[in-house]
Amino acid sequence: MSIVILGIETSCDETSAAVVVDGVTIKSNVISSQVDIHRKFGGVVPEIASRKHLEMINAVIREALDRAEIDFKDLDAVAVTYGPGLVGALLVGVAAAKAIAYGLDLPLLGVNHIEGHIFANMLVESEPGLPVLCLIVSGGHTDLVLIREFGRYELLGSTRDDAAGEAFDKVARVLGLGYPGGPLIDKLAACGNKDAIPLPRAYLEEGSFDFSFSGLKTAVINYIHRAVQKGGEHINKADVAASFRQAIVDVLADKTMLAARRYATKNIMLAGGVAANTLLREQLSRRASEEGLRLIYPPPVLCTDNAAMIACAAYYKYLRQDFAPLTLNAVPNLRLGRDCY
Amino acid sequence: MLTLYTQSAGETERLGEVIGGLLQPGDVVALNGDLGAGKTCLARGVARGLGVRDRVTSPTFTLINEYNGMIPLYHMDMYRLGSPEELEDLGYEEYFFGPGATLLEWAGQVEQYLPRRRLDIFITKLPDDEEKRKFELVPHGERFEQMVKELTRRVRAGN
Repeated sequence: MSIVILGIETSCDETSAAVVVDGVTIKSNVISSQVDIHRKFGGVVPEIASRKHLEMINAVIREALDRAEIDFKDLDAVAVTYGPGLVGALLVGVAAAKAIAYGLDLPLLGVNHIEGHIFANMLVESEPGLPVLCLIVSGGHTDLVLIREFGRYELLGSTRDDAAGEAFDKVARVLGLGYPGGPLIDKLAACGNKDAIPLPRAYLEEGSFDFSFSGLKTAVINYIHRAVQKGGEHINKADVAASFRQAIVDVLADKTMLAARRYATKNIMLAGGVAANTLLREQLSRRASEEGLRLIYPPPVLCTDNAAMIACAAYYKYLRQDFAPLTLNAVPNLRLGRDCY
Repeated sequence: MLTLYTQSAGETERLGEVIGGLLQPGDVVALNGDLGAGKTCLARGVARGLGVRDRVTSPTFTLINEYNGMIPLYHMDMYRLGSPEELEDLGYEEYFFGPGATLLEWAGQVEQYLPRRRLDIFITKLPDDEEKRKFELVPHGERFEQMVKELTRRVRAGN
């Protein structure tokens, strides 16, 4: 008998709901910003109003059920992101999930947002081989996680200041490229010279798996300011983009490979919005295969925040009977592998 | 107004630590400065001054990071807001007037929502030296005027 799980994700900007069967078959995966759900409210919704989860949540859940061609009665469980994230945003999803669980007498599953990103890979490759290393890179996170068994995570390192995706966005803004910065820099970098501008790479103390991108961001800004001060010296934006992207990817790839070697992992997984970066994929794929490892990464839609990954992570919790009580609350600074319910 | 200069990121953090040591529940500190000016760096020091042990990272994407120190610290970032009204969606009153202290990056974005009593900090990069920063601390209200006086005393004693 198959297990049908409704997943709900509202930890940051996106309101998302998904129906996933047996942790692998995505029946639907509705993400507010990617759907013309706005018209249901008759009017243009500003960029960050996708945070107005309360207005969106019911319509997004309904849409997820409709697209999956099922109804509430067909669900076996309901899963929700309960941290980390913005408390006000998380609460909308948590309250919705609890209401559904209580109203339909369904088991409730609480999922860590970062755990969800890791499991986006399981929707692509359900047997990645353990131990596996996962690099999670997005606007809000840069984490290197070792997984020896599912449900248990070791955080090997994370950013000490800016996340990788944030650095991409801020440098894109300084270059006048617009938003979202990651894909725009990626595209522009393809026609630039990666060696044109010497930029720093912060490796921190020897053997550290932590990251730091704030200094790199400031170095790019300083470079541009210096060029402007010298009397409007021409700035080759493609060269800046290429040099910057290379600096970020070098550090991400070097530290990931170092960790893979140290912990003798079978494979490497990528997750989060920056996992869509072409250079990061290329460089990690190549270096992983040189060492007989495989690089697993989800398609772009599963890299950004979405509820399918939450429903997938929840499926494995369901199998372990790791259910959350109806007293489940939002935990804004929830740590990976430290469930609290 | 108090004007201070720091010569390095380490010094900026230490200045933040002194400020953090003076914060009380309900205090709002509004930070302003360009990208790379050192707002998060100062915030890291403030957190340490409040006894926060967690790692302090940029709140740009997460919008609000909460830390537990001697009192709670709400580290907010207005950089991504499309319009000031979006601050209302964040339930800002619960932070500004809550049981902790609030540190607001890119505060100029939400000028009209800032409480009248607060500490404004303007950070400027100096053209002659990429490491050097100027800090202008502007108190609004009696409580923050006293705080800046105490800060002046502590910084002088420290130097």
